[in-house]
Amino acid sequence: MSFVLTEDQEMLRDTAINFTRDELPVKHLRGLRDSGKNGADPEARQKLAELGFFGVLIPEEYDGVGMGMVALGQVMEAQGRTLASTPILQTACIGASAILLGGSEAQKQEWLPKIASGEVTTALALDEGSHHNPAGVATEAERDGQGYTLNGAKKYVQDGHHADVFIVVGRTFGEAGDTHGLTLFLVPRDANGVSVQTLNTVDSHGAAHLTFEDVHVPESHVLGAADKGMDILEPVLDRGRIALAAEMLGSSRAAFEMTHDYLQTRKQFGQLIGSFQALQHRAAKMFTDLELTSSCVSAALSAVDDQRNDIAELASLAKAMAGETVHLVSNDTVQLHGGIGMTDEHESGFYMKRARVQEALLGSASFHRDRFAQINGY
Amino acid sequence: MPYDAPSDLDTFREEVRDWLEENCPPSMRTPQTEDEVVWGGRREKFKNPESKVWLERMAERGWTAPHWPKEYGGGGLNRDQVKVLNQELSRINARIPLHSFGLWMFGPALLEFGNEEQKKRFIPDIIHGRTRWCQGYSEPGAGSDLAGLQTKCEDKGDHYLINGQKVWTSYADQADWIFCLVRTDPTVKHEGISFILFDMESEGVETRPIKLISGSSPFCETFFSDVKVPKDQLVGEVNGGWKIAKRLLQFERSSISASGFGAARGSGALELEDYAKIHVGTDSDGKLLDGDLRGRIADHQMYAKAFGLTVRRSQEQAKAGQEVGHTASIIKYAAAKMNQDKYELMIEALGTEGLGWEGEGFDKGAKMITRAWLRSKGNSIEGGTSEINLNVVAKRVLGLREHQ
Repeated sequence: MSFVLTEDQEMLRDTAINFTRDELPVKHLRGLRDSGKNGADPEARQKLAELGFFGVLIPEEYDGVGMGMVALGQVMEAQGRTLASTPILQTACIGASAILLGGSEAQKQEWLPKIASGEVTTALALDEGSHHNPAGVATEAERDGQGYTLNGAKKYVQDGHHADVFIVVGRTFGEAGDTHGLTLFLVPRDANGVSVQTLNTVDSHGAAHLTFEDVHVPESHVLGAADKGMDILEPVLDRGRIALAAEMLGSSRAAFEMTHDYLQTRKQFGQLIGSFQALQHRAAKMFTDLELTSSCVSAALSAVDDQRNDIAELASLAKAMAGETVHLVSNDTVQLHGGIGMTDEHESGFYMKRARVQEALLGSASFHRDRFAQINGY
Repeated sequence: MPYDAPSDLDTFREEVRDWLEENCPPSMRTPQTEDEVVWGGRREKFKNPESKVWLERMAERGWTAPHWPKEYGGGGLNRDQVKVLNQELSRINARIPLHSFGLWMFGPALLEFGNEEQKKRFIPDIIHGRTRWCQGYSEPGAGSDLAGLQTKCEDKGDHYLINGQKVWTSYADQADWIFCLVRTDPTVKHEGISFILFDMESEGVETRPIKLISGSSPFCETFFSDVKVPKDQLVGEVNGGWKIAKRLLQFERSSISASGFGAARGSGALELEDYAKIHVGTDSDGKLLDGDLRGRIADHQMYAKAFGLTVRRSQEQAKAGQEVGHTASIIKYAAAKMNQDKYELMIEALGTEGLGWEGEGFDKGAKMITRAWLRSKGNSIEGGTSEINLNVVAKRVLGLREHQ
């Protein structure tokens, strides 16, 4: 387990931080919102591809840069700082991991170079209710001779409104609630029978509800072994949870820094508000939580690169801790800014609204506390 | 003589392993009860004779203070070697040979601020556990506001004369010597404090134990009336003691909290979730029946895990040469919160079984937990209150200003 970055990782971090600061600041997200673009920005996607961010996890033989999870975490943290709406989590992390861990050699050769170059973006279509529940899949996937036929609906698919290919989790066996009997499918957005309902979301990143009506999927688009989708899905989800936790750490840090600056400039009663002990203690507690969260995120990221056997436990730890921290920090950011924090003109609201989305995606803190307890046998 | 370590880490590990195999007595590889802990000093009785052998052998190599310089009897090991030594010690579940405020707090400060003669005089005795030290810091009117201390120290030409009172002096009644903050200039606050050492058997020193809500306590009230102290026992400059005092507090906070107040897991004792399973019960899937308690236990265990990872991270960052100043305050604050939460949950998990005081009718382990719960209330007070530590974080780490 490593808590100190290598030189290459530090360089990537600095590139990512500079890029999001200069090209994708919160102001950019505000612009996307005000112009009705719903978080999608093809130009930014192209730049991310040029910087190699889509290929961070992809080995060089498939045209990626093969730097690993700690490196990807730096990109995620940087985009979390400015709330950048990018397809990195869904494509560079979840999509690339699903194909790396579950794909055949032919599938890897077909898809990974396209992902690395930014030509194709992906989105995981998993949850069907309003809470994360991997075993709860009911979407039917029935054998139809040359492949499968999908029927069902997926809710709140992140990046679903603009992704090129969906990784759809269908049920080939058993019933909702069973952990066995799931199968993963690669379904192009333009396949017959796929309909996409774009959602206007509180964080201005957008998302989509998807419906699958008699969608035919050829055998060559099955990812991993049929009926045993959970074997790939769980490790892929854990990578996604860890990467998302890194993003949340970035958002928490940036919101905290903004608040910290405000405490040092805003005056009331003729005093800097940062000199009031009640506020100093709140700041110090937030800082302590940030430090603890940072340790959990680093440990979880490096656990993936080291192929440790406690990745699941560390993923739940990181996601839950990051969730609690981003919740606290985003709320306190609004409160400590006072009236201005409530205005749309100020950035604090953007952090709070995005925080709730980050908290809900891939399992809330409650979900991960439950999983942590289960992993530890109580 | 201290040990001459080989340069190669693997060779070193093998040597350590062989040496421990031969020299760590069998009973020193078992969990120890509180009354078997060795604190050293003139009055040490060594309840288990093998603990004396173990201390002597470790001290001989300088391994009670493995990273201290060899010239004063320390181990002279580098960070990597210390890590290997600790790994090998914990691999065989070896007991800590010596618990000591000298090793944890006073020694590091003396190595930094003491003169050559003082280091030669006091450090070897600390390493060998021949002198047990106590800390004369807090006074009845100067707890969190430590620099408000009043214990008077007057220059009488060939000696100093000390008058005053200290409080919360841990193990003062069993200590041989004291490192003590005294006021040498009453007209200024921080700049009028000096750091002085003296023998607790000096005439005019009196100690009285303080009983706490847990029923026992390591703490004492300590009184000084006309205590004569030789002048060569003042450390650093006259009126220059505050700098030493603060540095020593950093060592104290780190040593108190590095272990999370002894909350480290895996010592073989039952863990919080085990007590909960026994006293609350589980469903057919092995989940705790009280879902709310289960969630709060998980929340706590996650915090504890995050804490452990943070201690490791700050060690690794320090090793990589990164600035980790003042993490001591963050870690102390978090450790106190974590340990108190743990015991509150323990008491809740035990239910009425956790409400015994003494005598028959209650499990012995449960009664120890009850006392530990009461003791843990001191965690956010001793070694700097949580509020003071939050102040330190706010001011030193976050740079927030004083109220004008």
